[in-house]
Amino acid sequence: MNKRDRNTKGKESKSQTRRLPGPGGGRHRGLGGERAEDTKGAFNRIWNYLRKESRSITLVFFLVIGATTCNLLGPFLMGRAIDSFIARGDIAGLARMALLMVSVYLGGSFLNWLQTFIMVGVSQRTLREIRSDLFRKLQELSLSFFDERPHGELMSRMTNDVETINLTLTQSVTQLISSLLTVLGVVAMMLVINYKLALVTLLTVPLVALIARYVARYTRKAFSEQQRNIGDLNGLIEETITGQRVVKLFCREREMLERFEQRNEDYRTSSTRAGVLASLMGPLMGLVNNLSFAVVAGVGGWMAVGGVATVGTIAAFLNYTRQFGHPLNRLASLYNTVQSALAGAERIFEIIDQEPELQDEPGAEPIEKVKGEVTFAGVDFSYEEGVPVLKNVSFRAEPGEMVALVGPTGAGKTTIVNLLTRFYDIDEGAIYVDGKDIREIEIDSLRSQLGIVLQDTYLFSGTVEENIRFGRLAARKEEVEEAAKKANADRFIRHLPRTYETELSEEGANLSQGQRQLISIARALLADPAILILDEATSSVDTRTEIHIQKAMKKLMKGRTSFVIAHRLDTIRNADKILVIKGGEIVETGTHGELLAKEGFYHELHNSRFQDADVINQ
Amino acid sequence: MFKLLSYVKPYWKTALLAPLLMALEVTMDLLQPRLVQRIIDVGIGEMKMDVVFTTGGLMIGAAFVGVVGGVGCSVFAIATSRNAGADLRGRLFEKIQQLSFGNLDEMESGNLITVLTSDVNIYQRAVAMGLRILVRGPLLMIGSLTMALITAPGLSWIILVALPLVIFLLLFLNRKVAPLFRTVQEKLDKVNTVMRENLSGIRVIKSFVRSDYEIDRFGEANRDYMAINRKARRIMGVVMPLVGLILNMGIVAVIWFGGRGVVAGGYRLGQIVAFYNYLLRLLGSLTMIGMILINLSRAVASAERMAEILEKEPDLEEAIEEGSKDDPQVKGQIEFQDVSFSYRGDGGKPVLEGIDLTVRAGETVGIVGPTGSGKSSLVYLIPRLYDPTAGRVLVDGKDVRKISKKALRGGIGFVMQETILFARTVRENIRFGKPAASEEEVRQAAQIAQAHQFIKELPAGYDTSLGQRGINLSGGQKQRLAIARALLINPDILILDDSASAVDMKTESQLMKAIKAVERDSTTVIIAQKISTVKDAERIVVLEDGRVAGQGNHSQLLRDNEIYREIYASQRGGEGDNDE
Repeated sequence: MNKRDRNTKGKESKSQTRRLPGPGGGRHRGLGGERAEDTKGAFNRIWNYLRKESRSITLVFFLVIGATTCNLLGPFLMGRAIDSFIARGDIAGLARMALLMVSVYLGGSFLNWLQTFIMVGVSQRTLREIRSDLFRKLQELSLSFFDERPHGELMSRMTNDVETINLTLTQSVTQLISSLLTVLGVVAMMLVINYKLALVTLLTVPLVALIARYVARYTRKAFSEQQRNIGDLNGLIEETITGQRVVKLFCREREMLERFEQRNEDYRTSSTRAGVLASLMGPLMGLVNNLSFAVVAGVGGWMAVGGVATVGTIAAFLNYTRQFGHPLNRLASLYNTVQSALAGAERIFEIIDQEPELQDEPGAEPIEKVKGEVTFAGVDFSYEEGVPVLKNVSFRAEPGEMVALVGPTGAGKTTIVNLLTRFYDIDEGAIYVDGKDIREIEIDSLRSQLGIVLQDTYLFSGTVEENIRFGRLAARKEEVEEAAKKANADRFIRHLPRTYETELSEEGANLSQGQRQLISIARALLADPAILILDEATSSVDTRTEIHIQKAMKKLMKGRTSFVIAHRLDTIRNADKILVIKGGEIVETGTHGELLAKEGFYHELHNSRFQDADVINQ
Repeated sequence: MFKLLSYVKPYWKTALLAPLLMALEVTMDLLQPRLVQRIIDVGIGEMKMDVVFTTGGLMIGAAFVGVVGGVGCSVFAIATSRNAGADLRGRLFEKIQQLSFGNLDEMESGNLITVLTSDVNIYQRAVAMGLRILVRGPLLMIGSLTMALITAPGLSWIILVALPLVIFLLLFLNRKVAPLFRTVQEKLDKVNTVMRENLSGIRVIKSFVRSDYEIDRFGEANRDYMAINRKARRIMGVVMPLVGLILNMGIVAVIWFGGRGVVAGGYRLGQIVAFYNYLLRLLGSLTMIGMILINLSRAVASAERMAEILEKEPDLEEAIEEGSKDDPQVKGQIEFQDVSFSYRGDGGKPVLEGIDLTVRAGETVGIVGPTGSGKSSLVYLIPRLYDPTAGRVLVDGKDVRKISKKALRGGIGFVMQETILFARTVRENIRFGKPAASEEEVRQAAQIAQAHQFIKELPAGYDTSLGQRGINLSGGQKQRLAIARALLINPDILILDDSASAVDMKTESQLMKAIKAVERDSTTVIIAQKISTVKDAERIVVLEDGRVAGQGNHSQLLRDNEIYREIYASQRGGEGDNDE
């Protein structure tokens, strides 16, 4: 089924592809929107997944608390070591303190490791769940979903967005907790040790907050602009390179270069600005840190001289000041990371929340041993409201008949077979298989009675045998080979490096078009369906393979009801019934001879194609 | 990598300032523990209040000077890197414009795109980081080492123990985890492949009712990926705490041994405090250096890819010339004199051999032949997209190698087999070859190409924006736009390479009629798979295996040429239907 055919049908007047709403749909390269629309919602959804791991997460929570506590104890113990033991010359006490410190640090490291170990497991499992659900959901969605969205965008959601969540879950969550705890803990410890010095030291905090907000605001703006510019730049690059041959053919190199230089320059300025602003954070934080250092040393020293503080206190405070700066910085950057992760999550859940395609109606039954009688009765159909694609289509195919569908591009041929496969539901009328309305048949059961061979063969990265067996999973090797022989494929398969065990590359790209067609015919032969759908659209195939394909198709069609979107005169001439479709209606029906005699639309079509029909018969 | 450093050279002034300012910052940073030592030992120890304050003041001063250094370094480092990056990017783009079709064949466009985008950015970041941290890391390391040794030489053995341990761990991490991450990428690729295949083949999957099978297939890839990801990250989760542990053990050692030293009278308290501060900075600088190394290896890989492109010799003179429209126009006679051709990198398999062919100005010639017979290659030689390996291609009696590109290609309208449009409006796409074309010219071209009708029905008509590669149009519509594009430049030679394959029969015949009417005086070369397309040409050339296997009009060939008959038969499906 030529996707393009169907796409233009209802869409010739609406050639914009519909995009999913939400940030980042479209031109952002590799970077989706930066902010989720509904942060809470997205967060809750992720939480739903994490809930399955609640025991592990609780454990991790406590481990992080433990590890952070150990980290916080370190400086405190050191302060005590200095004051209580070194200053007083108590070696034994010092020894005890040293041992205590060793155990605290060991414990901290151990807890840290354990926490990471568990969290990695949790996050990886959760991600696997999300990916799996996404994939499952895709299998359930209707065809229009896939046709309306550029594959690149879907892939981006499934790869980039999932990866962003990956990073967040693995690192950000624990870093968040430990940073928060550290900050709180440091403040607490400082207050406990010497509240006066602590208060003085903490005066720098508002300074930090102020600087951070100021810088962050400008940085964010500069960043958006940079991202915009890089999107434009990369877009131009991609376009020019993929279209390089056309650029050369039309001598447009100069113009492309000028456009490029413009965008390159824009990017240079905005990325310099963004880069500088982003890098300010570090030194400024360092400044504040060093100022705190100075304050601690100066004020602490003054207090020590006055007997209100000890050297140990100063030592501990110096250490704590150091510990304070990092988490604050990290919290700021975490904020952004988490935001983009949530935005990504939102896009993923958008897919998962989509309406699945047609479901079985209640009371639908499976169907077996189909004879292959197909009837369309007064079928009306449109892909979009008010844009009718099929009007009052009625015909009947007896079991085993070969029905050829002919007509101009976009007339509705592909749509008819789409409806038969029940990829869409009709608006009016009914479709019967063996006298039963297909709406009363279980969809999977209906489809397993159909076989399709399309121009776009879908082969996958497995062995040749696996690809053929796709038609009937339970088939034995002999049956697979039998089908291949009938499809005239066996000969070339035996010439492949590993014959039937040869691995195909993605989408079967290491075979020629013609060979792929033959395999897809073999696959359909193996499936042995009662009703066959065949799209004969020719592609660039060499003569010999072309003949093989034709012969194979003929064999395939024997004994089944076949619907052929026909392109070869021979097929049309041998059809039991030809449906001439124009503008969504069947304008003429009959055999080749009957239709020619009518001298109507078919006659006209036929002549414009094959003027020397009789010359060949000399 | 080092060759690419030349792009930094024009900015050597700022490039030099950056590390100098960084040195300033590092120096100030290293002063701090020393000053603290003074406060503790002299100010507090000897109860000298004024020392406390003056030293405190010095610390504040040093902090400010330091930040000037730090910020200044950043600014210059980043500015330099962005400038160098922009220059490099521009040069790469220019270079790519100069590459010939032959060169482009050897390089995947996906690759080129990645190089221009991702690799240049990696280079940029590496330069920025290099100018900042490359100096900071080692300077800090050497500085803190020195200061630590000066401060308390008796404790320096602690450094000698801790340092190698940390270095070892960081190297171990690099060696063990790097290859693992490569495998992670492979497994991720597999997951993505299954996804992609499902996206494009969903119709078949549903029709054969194979969703469960695909879910299983995906599940397997998913599990594999998860497992290896978990493994890699867990290894990382071991190393980092270990490094931290060593750090902390160092501190305990300082407290213990230093403390004893103080009690025994050999050390002063301030020394100890300063010493462990230097120790912390030292080990911190090691981690910094470790990070640099990891990033550097990435940058080297990128640099290699970029250098490859920059050093490529275009195999055709593709200089972006000026050439003007007033150059003598091409009239349209084409001649192939004993032309042979093979693509590079194909093992020299000859695609064309000994082609002798003349096309008169104004003639309409069809070219047919089985797949791989060399049809497209033949016409690629006319606008000199490739050079023949032997023989000459002449246009209007002049070797195409001697005609200016602008004149040659300006007179040839070429429609390739694979349609490529740009993300611009329909009008701009049609005008691509002649941006100054009038509205009337655009419309005319579209009408001849049988495209005007459907363009009018688009939401914004000629102003409709096409998505990347024109994806919202059908194949037939895209082809017709490409034909309009070629017609617009009023070419004297029109070459259509199987350009109407996706267009239905009726439209195609109208198209051909229209083209014929307009291009009466120009030479038209039509390559077709279907004989019906070229049936009415004045002359049809049959190619097989790179040689001319026959020439003549349709009836002559049907009568005299076996290959032609065979092809015609297969397309009508006439003969051979009784064989098994």
